Amino acid sequence: MTRIIVVTSGKGGVGKTTTSAAFATGLALQGYKTAVIDFDVGLRNLDLIMGCERRVVYDFVNVINQEASLNQALIRDKRIDNLFILPASQTREKEALTMEGVETVLNELAETFDYIVCDSPAGIEHGAYMAMYFADEAIVVTNPEISSVRDSDRILGLLGSKTKRIIENRTPVKEHLLLTRYSPERVKNGEMLSVKDIQEILSIPLIGVIPESQSVLTASNQGIPIIVNKNSKAGLAYNDSIGRFLGEDIEFRFIDARKDSIFGKLFRGR
Amino acid sequence: MGLFDYFHASRKSSDVAKERLSILIARDHFHRNQPSFLSALQNELLEVIKKYVDIDQDDVTVSLDREEDCEILELNIALPEKGRYK
Repeated sequence: MTRIIVVTSGKGGVGKTTTSAAFATGLALQGYKTAVIDFDVGLRNLDLIMGCERRVVYDFVNVINQEASLNQALIRDKRIDNLFILPASQTREKEALTMEGVETVLNELAETFDYIVCDSPAGIEHGAYMAMYFADEAIVVTNPEISSVRDSDRILGLLGSKTKRIIENRTPVKEHLLLTRYSPERVKNGEMLSVKDIQEILSIPLIGVIPESQSVLTASNQGIPIIVNKNSKAGLAYNDSIGRFLGEDIEFRFIDARKDSIFGKLFRGR
Repeated sequence: MGLFDYFHASRKSSDVAKERLSILIARDHFHRNQPSFLSALQNELLEVIKKYVDIDQDDVTVSLDREEDCEILELNIALPEKGRYK
């Protein structure tokens, strides 16, 4: 049974695309045939993060408008055989994503794929609505920043009222909280909302805490999803999140500040 | 620097953030569960009352409660102290 996952947040710049790329890659590495779709029509970026921008010929809107077949538009990942990317159109209007068109594409993907990851655009407009409407599960990406937490709360309200599952009276979309750009040191100093604070406010299960890490920028510079970098705390934290998503019980790491030793004090910041 | 300022300055910003956010989200939820005409009603009432009395946005609250087959529209207008009447 195919599962459709939406990666959403409301606020922009919190790491939706980074998370979509990491989740799709992580699920594919676990052996699941996975497709990741960019719903951000007009502001295509997933192809850059996945490192396949030069191989884009057809896009999501071409498939919806029947200007290309789904197989023509899907880009096979150059590293992982069972991972495919469906890029967004860079030139069309957001309204090009019709409800029927999106449903047809998802149904066709569901015939052969295990997971479909939908990378939502920011905001609560049409594109975000289309990305979440058919979802079975939602990864709500949140920064430890009040504006991001508030927007995530707003998105949770929409997931609980405007999705197909709710409208058809089925079990609601399964929601997961993913915290990104977390800095345990700043939390310890009282400069940042803690995991506990944010979880109390949003009250949905926590699937991962991704520490603030310079390696995320390096990964996007190179077009290699951060999750494949086993030397990066952020990569490892995404890997843990995949395990939890698949039902494993994995302890959270990188959420406590290091104990300050004399060396720690001397070398902090390096 | 007064005692109040001292305590204020020493308060952790993360605690301030959590407090602000909790209030904000409670308020968002309250508004989310109300029919859409209520905020328009609240604003229009506010405009009318403002002609006569000096009040703020927060001094007028409008809410709708449901009890079984009965709906209660509650208007709450906090009037200012005497000095602020126009």
